[in-house]
Amino acid sequence: MGKHNISMTINGESVSAEVDSRLLLVHFIRENLSLTGTHIGCDTSNCGACTIMLDGKSVKSCTYLAVRADGAEITTIEGVAAEGTNSHLQQAFHDQHGLHCGFCTPGMIIRCMDLLKTNPNPTEKEIRWGISGNLCRCTGYNNIVKSVQQAATEMAKEKEASV
Amino acid sequence: MFKCKTSAEVGGMGHSVKRKEDARFLHGKGNYVDDTKLPGQLTMVMVRSPYAYAKIKSINKEKALAIPGVLAVITGYDLKEFNLHWMPTLLSDTQMVLPTDTVMHQSQEVCAVIATDRYVAVDGAEAVEVDYEPMQAIVDPFKALDADAPLLRPDKEGQEDNQIYHWERGDRAKTDDVIAKADVVVKERIYLPRIHVASIETCGCNASYDKDTQKLTVYLTTQAPHAIRTVVALVAGHVGLSEEKIRVIAPDIGGGFGGKVPVYPAYVVAIAATFLIGKPVKWIEDRSENLVNGFARDYHMDCELAATKEGKIQAFKVSTLADHGYTDSSANPSKYPTGMFSICTGSYDYEHAFAELDAVYTNKAPGGVAYRCSFRVTEAVHAIERMVDKLAAKIEKDPAQLRFENFIKKEQFPYESPLGWSYDSGDYKQTLEKAMDMIGYDDYKKEQAEKRAQGKLMGIGICTFTEVVGAGPSKDFDILGIAMFDSAEIRVHPTGKALARFGTKSQGQGHETTYAQILAEELGIPYSDIEIDEGDTDTAPYGLGTYASRSTPTAGAAAAMAARKLKDKGKKIAAHLLEVSEEDIEWEVGKYFVKGAPEKSKTIQDVAFAAYTNIPPGMEPGFEATHYYDPPNLTFPNGAYICVVEVEEETGAIDVKRFVAIDDCGNIINPMIVEGQVHGGLTQGIAPAMYEGIEYDDEGNVLNGTFMDYLVPTAVESPHWETGHTITPSPHHPLGAKGVAESPTVGAPPAIANAIIDALYPLGIKHLDIPITPAKVWEAIQEAKATS
Repeated sequence: MGKHNISMTINGESVSAEVDSRLLLVHFIRENLSLTGTHIGCDTSNCGACTIMLDGKSVKSCTYLAVRADGAEITTIEGVAAEGTNSHLQQAFHDQHGLHCGFCTPGMIIRCMDLLKTNPNPTEKEIRWGISGNLCRCTGYNNIVKSVQQAATEMAKEKEASV
Repeated sequence: MFKCKTSAEVGGMGHSVKRKEDARFLHGKGNYVDDTKLPGQLTMVMVRSPYAYAKIKSINKEKALAIPGVLAVITGYDLKEFNLHWMPTLLSDTQMVLPTDTVMHQSQEVCAVIATDRYVAVDGAEAVEVDYEPMQAIVDPFKALDADAPLLRPDKEGQEDNQIYHWERGDRAKTDDVIAKADVVVKERIYLPRIHVASIETCGCNASYDKDTQKLTVYLTTQAPHAIRTVVALVAGHVGLSEEKIRVIAPDIGGGFGGKVPVYPAYVVAIAATFLIGKPVKWIEDRSENLVNGFARDYHMDCELAATKEGKIQAFKVSTLADHGYTDSSANPSKYPTGMFSICTGSYDYEHAFAELDAVYTNKAPGGVAYRCSFRVTEAVHAIERMVDKLAAKIEKDPAQLRFENFIKKEQFPYESPLGWSYDSGDYKQTLEKAMDMIGYDDYKKEQAEKRAQGKLMGIGICTFTEVVGAGPSKDFDILGIAMFDSAEIRVHPTGKALARFGTKSQGQGHETTYAQILAEELGIPYSDIEIDEGDTDTAPYGLGTYASRSTPTAGAAAAMAARKLKDKGKKIAAHLLEVSEEDIEWEVGKYFVKGAPEKSKTIQDVAFAAYTNIPPGMEPGFEATHYYDPPNLTFPNGAYICVVEVEEETGAIDVKRFVAIDDCGNIINPMIVEGQVHGGLTQGIAPAMYEGIEYDDEGNVLNGTFMDYLVPTAVESPHWETGHTITPSPHHPLGAKGVAESPTVGAPPAIANAIIDALYPLGIKHLDIPITPAKVWEAIQEAKATS
């Protein structure tokens, strides 16, 4: 089996490792780097629990080889806000009760970051379609939609204040 | 309506305080079973059967063991040496841990590969050579009882056919007689298909046996850690695993919904493996293993509802065939093999009912566990609510009106149901009226008439359900003999802060917040000053766990009762501090004061401090209390749900336009959390109603064992839920509360089914089984057109 030296930036830190060709990125993140906030819920790219930010785009890391991420810049849930603080999305999920068991939450938040980057002011329908690659079995999605709406509003306010 | 007794800072009942547990989940610091990493840990992967029914001629481990990193391949024969190859199910049937000669369903565990790494373990599983001799599987449960059907369980002494049991409740002769003489009788065979809870976290364990201390620690995806500890001790006691040496830890659980109540064979294999090898063994199920190896529902119900020509319901009869797979591993109380199915008489007042059920073995996965409703209430409610709608259609009466005319009236509670339940409280009329107001029922009826005149298909569906949750009482309810109570233990520290532990286990329900709110309500200690701990059998008091909406009815009540013990002790301490007699002390939330002199007072924090520093003479020091709560009755939450749909005739596409859910779960601890539970349950209601169902071919192969084809609703399929509530407190629960989380999963499917079938009514379509997919609707439309 082939071995490869890879290096990438994860949550602002450089990491290098020798990995098997077949190692999935999600296992590299969870097991080699012990960043267990990224979860595994299926192995067919359907549930989105493994979603990470890779070079500015949300990616399902359960069907992405670690070697393919060589040179990439990755953000996992552990890196979306400074220790002990909340991003607008994290705060909104807390305020709007957008999580129950918390298992889908990291992937959902990363996906929503991407959604709000490409569409800062989404309608309810756009939010629902925007998160349709991420399954949540607990919340019934109503409050996730509200969380994204709150975050969008807060981010717009912040943007306005900064100009 | 409920009026809060505490300030928002104290955060007692009725306050929508934000959840205390959120931060770790939001920051990726939740600790789920697969996140545990124990020193020297090995990985286990199961080899599973490709056949539904086959003899195992041989298992060759050699090629697997030749792979570097593969340490062991464990078969049924290896377990047989220790008499661990079979285990009891929760309903006292028997289930293979690993087979020695026969596999009974597709994907059954055949053997286990233990390796140093998960990739190597999978290589090992691929390399194990199993020689099977396939046999003709029984897939159709109706054929299981045929005279020429093969006997699936010859291992069971006295088992002569494939019937597991016959169960019945009620007066058959009288019910038959009333039905025979009735003006109107509607009949239907209703099927509730096999479905799977599919929590986003699958099942798994990390089992670690220390040969020096002889202690077994198991991190486990379980909703009932204590019960599992006892089961492990019962199953493996003979090899030296006695209960005081077993520690089960349920860390954070990524959704349960009942799927994490059973003991799965791989748990036992992992425990056996760590016991033999002496190193931690981790097993994490993949999604297909999860979907294919367990199920809920699978009831075929023949229903008959009799009424007068005016629509007064007189009798209900239901005869059910239940497909349990190859063993009965239903998670039901011992005396209730069909759970609370006899709640099937519903929210209506009539005298005569009869329910019977035959359970059969087939070559399918065992289960009958739960899908956000453990005890067969969903099946019961679907039966009666579909039949009430059929009756309304038959006599051409508005289904809301028919329900109003038959409801059990508010003043009839406590109500003795025809099949033996004592409903505690409810105001069904008010609840349905509220739902009708909220959705604008009359306007939709007008709109429907207009649309029908234009040839468009629009439907309105109602469900007015009665749930039954919160088992015990222990005189009637036990799991494997263990009485169904639950527990709370409170320790108030000298500084007035507290730690409380429970026998239940949250899987997302928010116990760390709601239990703290109950204690805040009772003691006046702010909820933010109270830590809640569950899931570790070495520290938590014994309890039966969290499922079937039982936590608030049982452990929530235990919290209140334990707090009241503390309050009583505190009164004596306050009397000592204030130098008056105990009779002169009064209580208002958080404070004791002298009767008639409210300025002379001591806070609960003062009293807690005194319990450690200034103890009244003769009193036991400390400020702690424990309560094991055995409920006097179950609680009977209820609700009225209304759904509006439009169906496209050309394609069969179904558009859920509105869905209003009014729930009555008695007094509410945290309205935000209750609403969240209802939203989630509604999505798990539309799921089986329109999307989910485990399908088999004639050979017993599962046709949709991945998330690519088992359709869990996304945010797009899930409607924008509209919710509300009425409150009729439970008269016997110390907080007046009832369970809630199951209600929406129980109530939503019939509301949706009734709406779709109502939409199709002009075409002459009278019934469709769930899941009602566009394809099924389209076919029904074609058939209706062809025969009209």
